[in-house]
This record gives sequence, structure tokens and C-alpha cells, in this order.
Amino acid sequence: MSTQTISKSSTWRGGNSPFKLSYGKLMMWIFLLSDAFTFSSLLVGYGAIRYSFPSTEISQIESLDLHFAENVQDKFANGADAHHGEHFIPALREAGVFNEIQWPSPDLVFNHFPFAHGLHLPLIFVSLMTLILILSSVTMVLGVEAGQRGDKKAVSKWMLWTIIGGFAFLSCQAWEWTNFITAGATPWANPYGPPTFAALFFLVTGFHGFHVFSGVLLNIIVYINNLRGTYEKRGHYEMVEKVGLYWHFVDLVWVFVFTFFYLI
Amino acid sequence: MSTATAHTEDHHHEETFISKYIFSMDHKMISKQFLITGIIMGVIGMAMSIAFRLQLAYPDTGFPILEWLFGSKWAPDGVLDAGYYMALVTMHGTIMVFYVLTAGLSGTFANLLLPLQCGARDMASPFMNMLSYWFFFLSSVVLLSSLFVETGPASGGWTIYPPLSALPKAMPGSGMGMTLWLVAIVLFIASSLLGGINYISTVLNMRTKGMSMTRLPLTVWALFLTAVLGLLSFPVLLGGGLLLLFDRGFGTSFYLSDIYLGSAGALEHTGGSPVLFQHLFWFLGHPEVYIIIMPALGITSEVIAVNSRKPIFGYTAMVISLLGIAFLSFIVWGHHMFITGMNPLLGAVFLVTTLIIAVPSAVKTFNYLATLWRGNIRFTNAMMFAIGLVSFFISGGLTGIFLGNATLDIQLHDTYFVVGHFHIVMGCAAIFGMLAGVYHWFPKQFGRMLNKPLGYIHFWLTFISAYLVFFPMHFMGLAGVPRRYYAFTLLPEYGVWFDVNVVMTMAAILGGIAQLIFLYNFFSSMFIGKKATQNPWEANTLEWTTPVERIHGNWPGEIPTVHRWAYDYSNPAYESDFMPQNIPDAGSKIELFETKQSLEDTKQKKAPNASFFTLVKNWFKPKTA
Repeated sequence: MSTQTISKSSTWRGGNSPFKLSYGKLMMWIFLLSDAFTFSSLLVGYGAIRYSFPSTEISQIESLDLHFAENVQDKFANGADAHHGEHFIPALREAGVFNEIQWPSPDLVFNHFPFAHGLHLPLIFVSLMTLILILSSVTMVLGVEAGQRGDKKAVSKWMLWTIIGGFAFLSCQAWEWTNFITAGATPWANPYGPPTFAALFFLVTGFHGFHVFSGVLLNIIVYINNLRGTYEKRGHYEMVEKVGLYWHFVDLVWVFVFTFFYLI
Repeated sequence: MSTATAHTEDHHHEETFISKYIFSMDHKMISKQFLITGIIMGVIGMAMSIAFRLQLAYPDTGFPILEWLFGSKWAPDGVLDAGYYMALVTMHGTIMVFYVLTAGLSGTFANLLLPLQCGARDMASPFMNMLSYWFFFLSSVVLLSSLFVETGPASGGWTIYPPLSALPKAMPGSGMGMTLWLVAIVLFIASSLLGGINYISTVLNMRTKGMSMTRLPLTVWALFLTAVLGLLSFPVLLGGGLLLLFDRGFGTSFYLSDIYLGSAGALEHTGGSPVLFQHLFWFLGHPEVYIIIMPALGITSEVIAVNSRKPIFGYTAMVISLLGIAFLSFIVWGHHMFITGMNPLLGAVFLVTTLIIAVPSAVKTFNYLATLWRGNIRFTNAMMFAIGLVSFFISGGLTGIFLGNATLDIQLHDTYFVVGHFHIVMGCAAIFGMLAGVYHWFPKQFGRMLNKPLGYIHFWLTFISAYLVFFPMHFMGLAGVPRRYYAFTLLPEYGVWFDVNVVMTMAAILGGIAQLIFLYNFFSSMFIGKKATQNPWEANTLEWTTPVERIHGNWPGEIPTVHRWAYDYSNPAYESDFMPQNIPDAGSKIELFETKQSLEDTKQKKAPNASFFTLVKNWFKPKTA
């Protein structure tokens, strides 16, 4: 009965994980399951509040022609580089599209694009954000795959791309928030319609953005560890896989946020 | 196991006081930390309940001790302030539900038993386990600190319904106290998440060789499913709490709409709904009830089987009923909101799902009774408390069927009937399960035995006083006495209940004294109790194969291999009436026990098959001499 130091590897010497996973990866899955419920609660709360308001009717928008935004500029004759919110919102409020009772149509709210002031580009920018995030997921997959091959260099490359993708997404979100805030939106006020719309926008996208930010931090840690050869010494790149799981999850959540908040 | 070997074990881990007792990563130490923190919180919670029971029994009498405890601000002349009465009720509920019966119960026994009964050296992540305790500790400190803020602690009830919780100016308790409450709960959720992730992965991934899911002791099953419930329901409270924090701090109106406040006039909030909070809260709140009771049920299964010297009746049925309860607990939350207002059809759905929960609960109860039936019962302290749990689970469960009815609920909602129901079924039953666990595993945790006569006194006083406090509440509730009332002096129609209130308060004080006996027993036995043997209850599960000295890594040398299920008691194939899980099957060499019969006999004589059909078959079989 000689005793040996009990290291992690000798901790467990039998039994079979029903999922054939290491406990670390299992923990990440369990955490993600739990986090999915947090996001669900926020989205369910969003749904409950959103459907207690009537939506903007299509007939209200139909009466305005498709190039409404440009017409607005003509009407106010203020030059093409005037800030969007200054004229667009008052005109639509005047037309009764934006009011305190009806939930505004997201494609009338999120229709800006950098360097394209005054143009009506519904959801183009947020689609670009979504594309960036999905592409960063693709680079993450390539990084995980490189890790499984044990290719340290390729892991570095793809992790770096993923980090850049994450930062790009966060920057886009910062631009969108700035735009929304300069138009006059706060958690308690919203020029586009009911204040709760803005509150939910800040809460849901903010909570998601916080997750993306944490994910970028994790990715940076993994990137640095990889540069220092930690995983090479360890003999496996499971850590890359674990942050990969988190990153895909954050991406998946965005798909739901995008669907429920912007598209519907 | 001599102390010499234990010494060599310890040599590999030079431990300072801090790494051994404070920032310990050893699951056994963490379980002790959880238990003792839980006991401290329990004492505070119980003291609060006695304080407000004094108010209910003697509404106009001053008690100097209350003034001494709470100061002349909250108890002028020893009479509780009405707002502070509500604060005490709120804090009592919060402390008991979250800090004692969730963290204190699950935290203690999941940490102690999951690695030991699954056959693991420690939890999957000992570091996260340590964090889990310290988040819990921090959360307890934050919650208790709210007792010392100027406006007093949260006082809108433990369910923190908006608008009282969402408007910081609604009443004194809605201010700083409410904020601290929310911060404490966020920390608590972090603790529960870290713990839950650990518990689940330990059970799934760290079991020893031979320990299949179907051989797990029922304690492990119960604690595992409890962790799953916590993992899936607490995040929803986190989401709900986040919205609430926004409403409080950032002027949003998720839960608020059209409110006029005496001090501030009409508020600008529009568009929210307080009912949304109730949905989000009870999506946690109902599973929370099962998070509380399921570990207690698991402990009871183990204690009853060990002390009846019989295999647990219907092991598979027990596991399936646990699974059923776990699943159903997520689709019944609406029964807390029958009166809030919901679509009658939805109400009917929640009614049906609620009543269905009675089925798995009844399966469990009958299985306990069938396990006890004709068992060779040893009335140890733990056994007394386990039987006490069965008693409370029956009497509290039956009133649950009343309350699950949407129609009856119109009369019973927010009366003392509800208070009586949940105190018996999840308060007393879970506390009894917890105490059964403490008495049963004290030798494992501390290496010494608890004093048995004191244990009996503790049991009987607690049992009698608990029924005396909570049983009359049902009659009060049927008569319509509302809960959360500060005093009934101005309501003469409730005058007949004054004497009953006095009796209940007396019983509550008696119950408090009984817990002092337990505290004395608990803390003194740690040092002067009789030294425990390795397997004092002659139980089968793996934790009793570890040395009494509680070494790091649990087992010196190899982890035992499991060869059988956990309930091989009184198997006629063996001479001994128990057969630990790590002993190989008959047929291979048994070193510890000699078998009475030869191998051929063993094959013919099967273990008593504890199934329902066998029971029925034997019932009709003519008795042989």
C-alpha cells in the first residue's frame, strides 16, 4: 500500500463517461446548457413584452413609398450628410409610424450604414455583423481542426483571425449602439416608439455583447498560451476546443437574437 | 488503518492552516464548510422566525430581548416594527430556502457523497468546488449585511415581486436592502452554477470501474438530478433578476407600468408587466422546491435501506420517479400564479401537471413504507429523522393536492394553509432529511459518533414541535386567515385564533430549544464524541470503505472496483446481512465474509427480489411453517 501523489491523471481509472468526453469538455457543455437558459429567459421576457404591444401595420408603411428616406431629405432640404436621426425620426413620427403605442418595425429602426447617411438600408448593417460573427466561427472551426492535427502554427493563425472577427463584431456593435444612442435612445426613452424597445435592445444585445467580449478574452488567453507552446507541451489542444465550443455557442445565440429582435 | 499510514498520506501534501481549513480544495473539507455555514444560517433564520412568531402570539406585548436584538429603531419598547416584521419574514424565507436548504443541504451532501459514493478521488474540478463555496460564503455575508443598512433588509417577501422590489422608493425595504438581496442572489447563482457543473460532471465522468448508473446509490441519483434542476432553473432567475436590476437602476420598465407612488406621484414607467417577473421567478421557484426536497429524499432512501437491513424497495421505480419529479417540476410553475390571472385553459394545464407530480411522489412514499415493512429496523438517530421525513412528506404532500386545484386555490391562496403546506412538505421534510444525513454521515465527516440519547431528545422535540407549529396553520388557512399579516388585533373575526397562535409560538420556541441541543451535540461530539469505526452502520456504499482518518484522495492506493448495487442487505446468499459494493460476487473469492452455502446453493437461492409483483405473489401464497 505504498502511496503516490495523486495527480489529475490518476484521479479516475475506470468507468466510462456516457458521452465519451473529458470532464473539462463536459463541464463546458453543461455550462453552455445553463447559459442557454439565461438567454432563453431574456428572449422569453422580450417576447412577452414585445407581443403586449401591437406591431406597426404594413399599411402604415405602405403609404410611404420605398424611397421614403430620400424623400424625407428632399422634404427637409438639408443636404445629404445631415444626420439620419434628425429628420427621419420626426418625419416618421409625424406620419404616425413611430408612436408610443406600437412596437416599431426593426427594419425602420436599424436602417443605417456607415458613410451612407440618409439612405434606407434595412438591416444591412446587422446582417454584415452576423456575417462577421459566423465567419469568425468558421475560422474557429479551422483552428480547432488544426489543433486536432497538432499544428501549432495553424492554430495561431486561425485563433488570430477569430479574435479579429470578435473585435470586428464588437466594433460594429459599438457603432450601432452609438447610432442608436445619438438618435436619442436610452433605457428609459426611445424616439422610435415604446421605451421598452430600447431597454430590451440594450439589455439583450448588451448581454450578448458581454458574452462575445468574454469569448474574445478567452480566445486571447488561448492564443497566447498557444504561442508559448503550452498545448504543445501538454500534447493536446483541448483548450482550443473548449473555447471553440463557447464561441460557437455565442454565435448560435446571436442567430436567435438576430432572428427574434431584428427579423421578426 | 493505523495513524502511521495516515501520516504517510499526509506527507505528500504539506498543508498550512489556511490551505487545509479555509481555501481547501478537498471535497470533504468543503462539505464541512457548507454544512457549518448552513447551520449558522439556519440558526439565524430560525431565530428570526421565533422573533416574528412572538409578535404573532403577543402583538401588543413588549419583549426586551427583541429591542436588544434589533435596536430601538426596529423594535421600539420590544414590539417589532410592522415593516421590520415583513423584513424578518422575507429574510427568514430567503435564508431558509436558499442558504440552508439549497446550499446547506446540496452543498454539504453533494460534496461529501458524490466523490465518495461514486468512487472518485475528488470532484471533477476541486478548484471550482472551492470557488463555489466562497461565492456562497460571500453571498451569505452580503445577504446578512443587509440587516445592518439604514432602511433595513428587503421586505417584499422572499418572492420579491415587483413593483415593491422594482421601485427603490416603494418602501424602506425596497431600497438598499433589496439591492443587497439581489447582489447576494447573483453571487448565490454563481456558486450554484459552479457547484452544479462540478456535481454533474463528477457523476457522469468520475465513477469508478463497475459503478454503472444503475448501481449508483439513490443519494447520488437524487443529488445528480438536483444539480441538473439547479443548473437549468437558476439561470432563469438570473435573467429575471437582471431585468429587475435594470428596472431599479436604469429606469427601464420591464416589470412596471402605470404606477402612482405616494411620495413621488405618477411614475413615468410604461409598457411592462409584473406578471412577467412572476413567470420568470416561478420557473426557478418551483424547481427550487424540488432542489430542496430531492437530496433529502435521496438521503432518506439510503438511511432507510441501511437501517431496515433490506434492499430499497423498487430501486428502478425510485430512479424513474426522481426523473419524473425532475421533469415535471419544470412544467408546473403556473400553480403559484392561479390568482395572478391566467388563461383558464392554461390554469387547467398547470393543474393537471401539478396533480401528476403526486404520482412519482406517492411511488417514493410507498417504496419507503415497503422498504420499512418487515425490515429488521434499527432505530438509529438518522433512521428516526428519515421516518420523520416520510411522515412530513405524506402530510405535507396531501395538502399539496388541495392547493394544486385552481378552484380551491381561490380560497386558500395567500392564507396560512399555504404556509402550513410548504413548511411541512419542503421545510420540515427537507430539514429532517438534512438532519438524517448529518446523523448518518457524521462519523464519516468528523470521525466521531454523535451522542445517541441527545439525538433522540432532539428528534422527538423537533418532531412534536414542528407538527404543533405547522399543523394548526391548515385550519387557520381554511378559515381564511391571511398570511404575512403583522397583527390580527384589529380584525376581530380572527380572534378565535389568538390562543392557537400562542400555542404555535410556544411550540416554535420549543423547537428552537431542541436545535440548541442538537448544536451542543454537534459541536461537542466533534471533539469528545466516541471514536467512530470504519463502517458504523454496516452500510454497503463506497464511502464506508475509506479510512476513518479522511485522507486526501479518499482511498489509500487503488480506488475500489464496484461489483454490485448498493442495496445488497439481508441477501440470504450471504451470512452477513450486508455486502459492500466493492466485494466481488459470490463465486469468486470472498475474503471478508464466509458464505454459508456452497456455490450451487447460492445460484438457486436468489436475492429477495423487491418488486411489486413478487410482493403481490407472496401475499397470496399460502404461508408455510
